[in-house]
Amino acid sequence: MTAVDLGRTPDPGSPPDAGCPPEAPSLPDATGHFGVYGGRFVPEALVAALDELDQAYCRARVDASFTQELTRLHRTYTGRPSPVTEVPRFAEHAGGARILLKREDLNHTGSHKINNVLGQALLTRRMGKTRVIAETGAGQHGVATATAAALLGLECVVYMGEEDTRRQALNVARMRLLGADVVTVRTGSRTLKDAINEAFRDWVASVDSTHYLLGTVAGPHPFPMMVRDFQRIIGVEARAQVLELTGALPDVVAACVGGGSNAIGIFHAFIPDTGVALVGFEAGGDGVATGRHAATLSAGTPGVLHGTRSYLLQDAQGQTMESHSISAGLDYPGVGPEHAWLRDTGRATYEPVTDAEAMEAFSLLCRTEGIIPAIESAHALAGAMRWGRRLGTTATILVNLSGRGDKDVQTAAGWFGLDPDPDLAIDLVPEPGGTGR
Amino acid sequence: MSAVSDAFATADRALLVGYLPAGFPSVDAASDALVAMVSAGVDVVEVGLPYSDPVLDGPTIATAVEHALRAGTGVDEVLATVGAVAATGAPSLVMTYWNPVERRGPARFAAELAAAGGNGVILPDLPVEESDDWLAAAGREGLDTVFVVAPSSTDERLRRVTDRCTGFVYASAVMGVTGARDQVGRAAADLVARVRGVSSLPVGVGLGVSTPAQAEQVAEFADAVIVGSAFVRRLLDAADIDAGVTAVAELAGDLATGVRAAGRRAGVPAGPGR
Repeated sequence: MTAVDLGRTPDPGSPPDAGCPPEAPSLPDATGHFGVYGGRFVPEALVAALDELDQAYCRARVDASFTQELTRLHRTYTGRPSPVTEVPRFAEHAGGARILLKREDLNHTGSHKINNVLGQALLTRRMGKTRVIAETGAGQHGVATATAAALLGLECVVYMGEEDTRRQALNVARMRLLGADVVTVRTGSRTLKDAINEAFRDWVASVDSTHYLLGTVAGPHPFPMMVRDFQRIIGVEARAQVLELTGALPDVVAACVGGGSNAIGIFHAFIPDTGVALVGFEAGGDGVATGRHAATLSAGTPGVLHGTRSYLLQDAQGQTMESHSISAGLDYPGVGPEHAWLRDTGRATYEPVTDAEAMEAFSLLCRTEGIIPAIESAHALAGAMRWGRRLGTTATILVNLSGRGDKDVQTAAGWFGLDPDPDLAIDLVPEPGGTGR
Repeated sequence: MSAVSDAFATADRALLVGYLPAGFPSVDAASDALVAMVSAGVDVVEVGLPYSDPVLDGPTIATAVEHALRAGTGVDEVLATVGAVAATGAPSLVMTYWNPVERRGPARFAAELAAAGGNGVILPDLPVEESDDWLAAAGREGLDTVFVVAPSSTDERLRRVTDRCTGFVYASAVMGVTGARDQVGRAAADLVARVRGVSSLPVGVGLGVSTPAQAEQVAEFADAVIVGSAFVRRLLDAADIDAGVTAVAELAGDLATGVRAAGRRAGVPAGPGR
């Protein structure tokens, strides 16, 4: 059994506490910078914990017992490698380009989030911590964290904005079934941004016993690097699968971008392949011109949020602006710093996709291929349709289908005006403290 | 020597530092409350710059800040508040998360703060490793820069952070966010002792101090007692603005009594650079 490739060559010559060995052109640098982006903008109280995490991770990534355990879980628990599926009937609506889906929706728990969560949960155990906290928007990261916590016997608290507990009620119920404590966040915009604030507040006070199991490639160093490394298996697998299937690399790799973890996961292995276009699709909401969107890289400016320097949606005073998207998982006014660097260097490009475009692609994939995608992933599908029509029949487009859409059935039914059958109505989320728990 | 350093150097007791965010319950009322605080015995004032994502603040300050932001409080309003405090003669510092300063531009922010009569800043989420631009700007304007240290900081880290502090060092009494607590932990005294091992700067203790008894206890081992949430709580609980300002002044008077009840400082430390 080969161990997970975490993207670095072990350097047996370096002492265990020296941090990750720098290896050009691999980023970030030793202090967590991707060019001018990244870093560690956190209260001093968290610096010791981030140093501890950095050291624990750097030791683990070159420790065969860690990588083999992670690989075993990927195979026997998550169901990796996830397949690549060609979708010719869908592709008819994408200019006849060849469309291939990387099926992260088929992972245990229903999205790519489990890849990162298993890695960090194993690290939590190695660090001797007994409790994990997490933020969640769409609930996919919360469900994955609750799952790993159950598997490894860790206490689990998930922070979720009130707005998101409403639109992702199914996932709230799943987390509670898995034994997690879901805390509803009622500050600010009551979405993912505010859930992250609350998780940081918990962590500052609980850092001795608790690991903050951050779900995306944002936050202070080492999270953007570590989460990327745990997610890059997506692109490593997909690159080999596409080569085997088509005999060539794809022309375009497409992914949705909220915080950016599934996108960096599928992009990273292709970064040296300069002939492959890497395209991230952000939540355009009602349209970037309306101001109601979450297209951070398309319409934002550089600044500092949640411990890292990157692009963000902010006003002239440096206050974070509220984002808007039909997709809870993309409804975030920041983005991971490596994406900011990829954008500025031109190695990747980023485009907004509106709610309407995403929902059209959502419906098309359901009806042409029998796959219900997450609304997040539907943004990447809409982007693939746009690029397919532009490039035509000779193009091959690899799309990261980052999650499945079961959680979105209520939102989609509302969008398409489907009349729900009242006899099938169930109360998915009992009130906290109710007998349903 | 800066106004803040001067205040520490000439005091034979621990100083009382009071915090309120600008713009709550209104820009004028916050200014009035801060001025009343000084009249009642607060030695140094912290003016909070309201920010949308205050991850180091508990519910009391977070609630006040949310109100202030909704009412449109920005950097200009903060500077006006600093001006009102400066008119009292008490030194003032702006407590702010980093992004509003970065957005304004460090050089511009420092120049405007100095022009308003402010004496420095407290930056709880700017790591010293990223502080070169700010420190250069602050140095040009004669502003002090206070960084925060925590019980979890290693001695090496304490040395690195305090090396870049001017004015005083802000020691978090507890691991956690702002907010009143029943007890100020043993950790605070230990941390102050560790800071004194690596720095000759005065050390202020904040986070969780809310009562005159706690102020007296902290004044026994620290050079400054920093109180924030307890003042904000007085404004939140008041029936109207006048009652809020009165309640803030009363608390300031009680805390000033507590600070003065502590033993006199053994000797005014006279380290280099002060």
